[in-house]
Amino acid sequence: MRFTVFPLVMLACFFAGNSMAEVRADGEGGQDIATLRGAPIHTESQPPRMDRVDNSSIKRQRAYPMQPPMIPHKIDGYQVDLKVNQCLACHSRRRTEDSQATMVSVTHYMDREGNFLADVSPRRYFCEQCHVTQAVTEPLLTNEFVDIDSLITARSKVEKKQ
Amino acid sequence: MIELVKRYWRTISTPSKYFSLGFLSLGGFIMGIIFWGGFNTAMEFTNTEVFCTSCHENLYEELQYTIHFNNRSGVRAICSSCHVPHDWTDKIARKMQASKEVWAWVTGTINTPEKFEARRRTLAEHEWHRLKANDSLECRNCHEYEYMDFTWQSARAEQQHSTALASGEKTCIDCHKGIAHKLPDMTGVPGF
Repeated sequence: MRFTVFPLVMLACFFAGNSMAEVRADGEGGQDIATLRGAPIHTESQPPRMDRVDNSSIKRQRAYPMQPPMIPHKIDGYQVDLKVNQCLACHSRRRTEDSQATMVSVTHYMDREGNFLADVSPRRYFCEQCHVTQAVTEPLLTNEFVDIDSLITARSKVEKKQ
Repeated sequence: MIELVKRYWRTISTPSKYFSLGFLSLGGFIMGIIFWGGFNTAMEFTNTEVFCTSCHENLYEELQYTIHFNNRSGVRAICSSCHVPHDWTDKIARKMQASKEVWAWVTGTINTPEKFEARRRTLAEHEWHRLKANDSLECRNCHEYEYMDFTWQSARAEQQHSTALASGEKTCIDCHKGIAHKLPDMTGVPGF
């Protein structure tokens, strides 16, 4: 039996290689995904269009409590270096009254030992290490993340039934 | 000395002996065009990007990453669009002021990138003060408040422009600093 299957597998691989774009893999949630590269391996793939950045200034919900909030506006050309941090020109403690922007979290004013500092801690200075803008685009994969509230609700429903 | 002045005065106040009136008036007219045209052409040359970047090449480099160089519509600003007034008299005044910079160039006050970085804040402050004093005139040469359509602006921009800018409480440069250059150390600058 093994001898008959092997050539078939080889043949299947050959056809699959010829039509790379049509190769589909089943994602864990049963998502039918075409190759993300969009082109056979030996050809240059067409780069996707650059998406617009969400500039609505509307806060998005965080997926979990400790998630760094996302930036709901454009940050093109914002200078964040040794000389100046343009994010803090609105979001620092002393600027929020004028700007009405969200203040940088108090955790950012702490050092590693939890001592409070007068200004943003150097280790929290580079905002874009954690906070990022969001593109206005269709996600390539649907996100299967389930937030804790949904888990708790689902569980309590099950418990009620029992 | 007095004698010399008198002699010159006599020469220019006596009618011409050899040249016709036609030659003198037409010649004067043509020479006028050449001198005036030449003067203005030379002055315009000092307004070109080629002239500016022959010394300020580092600034040209950092300008390239900004919206005033690289944008969707292909309209761009050159150095003089923002740094030199467009009206003739103001322009002459600014050019005379800039002759001081020629001296700085000759003596090598800022002839290395390090020296420039050390003075970046001071130099930036000069421009902030100038634009604050003239109500951001050079910005307004292109960005006219009267023609701003707030409905095309983001909510944040509209909020600021319809209040602080509209009332004259603030002018462009108060918020839009470092839009075509890298910012210096902004410690202590209002708004930072």
